[in-house]
Amino acid sequence: MMEALQDHPVWMAMPAWMVLSSLVAGLLILVLGEPYQRTRVVINLGAAVLKLVLVGFMLWGVGQGHDFEFRLPLLPGIDLYLHADSLSMLLATLSAILWLITTVYAIGYLEQSPNRCRFFGFFSLCVAATMGVSVAGNLFTFFLFYELLTLTTWPLVVHRGVSVALRAGKRYLAYTLGGGGIFLFGIIALYALMGDQVFTPGGFVDPDLPPALLIGIFLLLLVGVGVKAAMVPLHGWLPQAMVAPAPVSALLHAVAVVKAGAFGIVRLVYDVYGLDLVATLGMNHVLAIAAAITIVWGSLRALQASDIKQRLAFSTVSQVSYIALGVGIGSPMATIGGLVHLVHQGLMKITLFFCAGNLAETHGIKRVDQVDGMGRTMPWTMAAFTLAALGMIGVPPIAGFVSKWYLGLGGVENGQYWVLGVLVASTLLNAAYFLPVLRRAWFPRADAPDRGPGIHEAPLSLLIPTVATATFALGAGILAGMPFSPLQWAQFIGEQIYGVAP
Amino acid sequence: MTELDSLVAPTLTFLIFAPLLAGVVALLWPRGLVLDLLSISLGAISLVLLVPLSGTVMGQGPLLLELGGHELPLGIPLYVDGLALAMLWLTALTGLGTAVYASGWLRSVSHPSGQQYRVLWFLLWSGLNALFVSGDLFNIYVTLEITTLAAVPLVALARGREALSAAMQYLYFALVGSILFLLGVALVYAETGLLALPELSARESEAAGPGETIALLAITVGLAMKAALFPAHGWLPRAHAAASPPASALLSALVAKAAAYLVIRLWLGPFEAAWTPAVAQLMGVVGVLGILYGSLQALRQHRLKPVIAYSTVAQLGYLLLLIPLASVVAWQGVIYHALVHGLAKAAFFLAAGNLILGIGHDRLVGLAGCDRVLSKNLLAMAVAGVAIAGLPPTGGFIAKWWMITAALEQGQWWWAVAIGMGGLLAALYVFRVVSFAVHSPRPWHEEPLRETRHGLNRLLLWPPVLLAAAAVALGMTGELLAPFLAVGAPEVSP
Repeated sequence: MMEALQDHPVWMAMPAWMVLSSLVAGLLILVLGEPYQRTRVVINLGAAVLKLVLVGFMLWGVGQGHDFEFRLPLLPGIDLYLHADSLSMLLATLSAILWLITTVYAIGYLEQSPNRCRFFGFFSLCVAATMGVSVAGNLFTFFLFYELLTLTTWPLVVHRGVSVALRAGKRYLAYTLGGGGIFLFGIIALYALMGDQVFTPGGFVDPDLPPALLIGIFLLLLVGVGVKAAMVPLHGWLPQAMVAPAPVSALLHAVAVVKAGAFGIVRLVYDVYGLDLVATLGMNHVLAIAAAITIVWGSLRALQASDIKQRLAFSTVSQVSYIALGVGIGSPMATIGGLVHLVHQGLMKITLFFCAGNLAETHGIKRVDQVDGMGRTMPWTMAAFTLAALGMIGVPPIAGFVSKWYLGLGGVENGQYWVLGVLVASTLLNAAYFLPVLRRAWFPRADAPDRGPGIHEAPLSLLIPTVATATFALGAGILAGMPFSPLQWAQFIGEQIYGVAP
Repeated sequence: MTELDSLVAPTLTFLIFAPLLAGVVALLWPRGLVLDLLSISLGAISLVLLVPLSGTVMGQGPLLLELGGHELPLGIPLYVDGLALAMLWLTALTGLGTAVYASGWLRSVSHPSGQQYRVLWFLLWSGLNALFVSGDLFNIYVTLEITTLAAVPLVALARGREALSAAMQYLYFALVGSILFLLGVALVYAETGLLALPELSARESEAAGPGETIALLAITVGLAMKAALFPAHGWLPRAHAAASPPASALLSALVAKAAAYLVIRLWLGPFEAAWTPAVAQLMGVVGVLGILYGSLQALRQHRLKPVIAYSTVAQLGYLLLLIPLASVVAWQGVIYHALVHGLAKAAFFLAAGNLILGIGHDRLVGLAGCDRVLSKNLLAMAVAGVAIAGLPPTGGFIAKWWMITAALEQGQWWWAVAIGMGGLLAALYVFRVVSFAVHSPRPWHEEPLRETRHGLNRLLLWPPVLLAAAAVALGMTGELLAPFLAVGAPEVSP
């Protein structure tokens, strides 16, 4: 029976169903209108569960070597091409899981607030765009969904409608659309030279073209994806976008926007240019150095931020570039470390943002110096926060340790010992900006305002998602050796890129 | 051409004369409901008739039809290629949407001049359809006059000093434009003895003399005044802002575009010998200046309708880029742009009309809070704006992709940069407007928003929503429509 199923067009077009499941849900919610709260929740959760099931099937299928693809001619000679490879599934699975969890969180978080129809509609569209980015099979399709992601996240950033949100939205658009414009030039130039080419491991760009031209196009493309990946100096939009509601910050920073950018870097290096050509052009060093600068700079800025969400945002700037660093180092181990960090950072950072949301929503706490004694008042939330923060620092056995371990090994493997320096510096800085928060939470100063005895936790709809993602972050580290763990999957991808088991 | 499909002549006759007859009916029998139904059914029938016509054009290449069966140069030639076809479709789609909207609008505001509006609309419709299929210069002049004479009073109908003065300014520009156009036509006739476009195109390329260059100049300046191409745009923002929303939608989507359409129609083909690549570059520069100027002005406005009107000035500039780029891909891109812009701009104006109905004026600061009461309408406006800005997944993106591809393929990267800049600026002014609408709380000095309990009249809500949806749907149909657009595309100039 499986044989017959394998070639069936409906089964083959799985990536399209995956994108459509949240696209249709989003449009339905937008059309439905504000008053139908219960129907909206049903559609939202139904679509999220359906997507998770679809992703589960695909994960199994890709593991078995099935070739899911979907083609729709859009222009003469150019197709909308969706193709699920092992790399796609990394981002798709992360997004599908976190979408479900964040939806539950958002329903609780936005209870009784206005414009929920718009919020949940665009939230679903945003996930559809992320799914599209993950299964895009050529640059044209990638760009289509990449820009759709910009457009669908804007209403979420400006959701509250206050002046500061609108300013942040303007800045967000200026950065992302500007970057998108530069990206488009690179893409069209590549299309003019190469025609419509699908992403191929090892790259499809003709290495015999003039190097100056190739470098120019590479830089255009890198700037295009670098804006969303918030690489210094293109990161200015991200800390400002923190004005959005907590579920949006969680989604923007852990899953959708920054990951789409980081994912674009991975695609660009491995599947467009190919590692060899990137190394020949010397662009891997450019990427690695830019990533290293971003890692250190983001951490330094995080140290100065006193607002919790700001601190987390700069931390994101820093942490997302681990992925770029892994790609830039260009050895098998480093690749695995970078790819696995795509998932690990997502799990840990979304936990941190959920916690920040719980603190702000339940006790109105927004600044670091207000968290004194919160460990006693909100033990579950702060336990989750502590776990994720320690993971970010790289304490074993939490997920973040696995990423750093592989990145460090990868640097040594290639003889690039400076990578260890960057990792150590980053770890120290991470500790420097996270540990004070933990110390205040668990060991309040004597002069801190007394919050009184007794537990006053966030409502369950906020707490359960928080604890769930924290558990995942821990599980991804402890169970890294199990099949279908993020690490195993990253190794699976690494084998396909390098052709051998590293 | 003898073996033409038997449906072609009746179709073209219907497109030109049915609205004209309807106009006569409107004049004699002023019953609003009947006329609205007539107008809507004419739009629907036009759409149905365009399907076989498109098939024929696709199958046989550009159609040349001599009215009355006389051979050229005696007969009146009608000429339909991909460009004309796109414009006919645009006219039918926008016309249908606006007709539905107008039927709701004229009721909800109890417009005192409803009947005049309908008469002028039928006249305008007939003139536009005739203009798009006209194949000789004199006919083009006549149809251009018909559209102008219908369009100017449409502005004046809005009543009030501002509308009247804007309409007068429009009239002056249009009349000077007409004179220049006619002068150019006379010069061409004196020089070549030809008026029919196919005959003008078929000449040997060395045949052009200085007289023809002067003629082309006069024609171009005349058309630029009617199309409000930068720097002859002065009248447009005032006129389009003063007119009623359905009239503004028609003027921006169709009337201004008709004159701009003639510029590219005449430059590529009939007068190809009268200009050099340097002149073409100059035309491109004029277009780019229009794009930048219109966009920057749109960013500075404090009222909603002038933003949309300046956006029209900017978007018309793209049409001129076809002259320096002149390849099949550029041709497809520019026509696609005209198509998407027409649909999206009509949606934008109609949605703006609904917002104005809701808040009673069109100051941007007063839009705050519209997102709660008129959310679908606002969404339609935002989506139309995204299509105008040329962002994926809308049809505007396909147009921009083609135009940028054409520029990069020919190594003329500077146009690609200009197109990209234009898109970014458009996104800025569109999102600026939307930002005003999602702003909360409402500024204290504004009156509280009228809570429309029953929502908008459906006749007012659906046209902008569907037109915006059509502009998005065009993002999926590039493959399907490309062969149609390419019919009659110019040879790639060396």
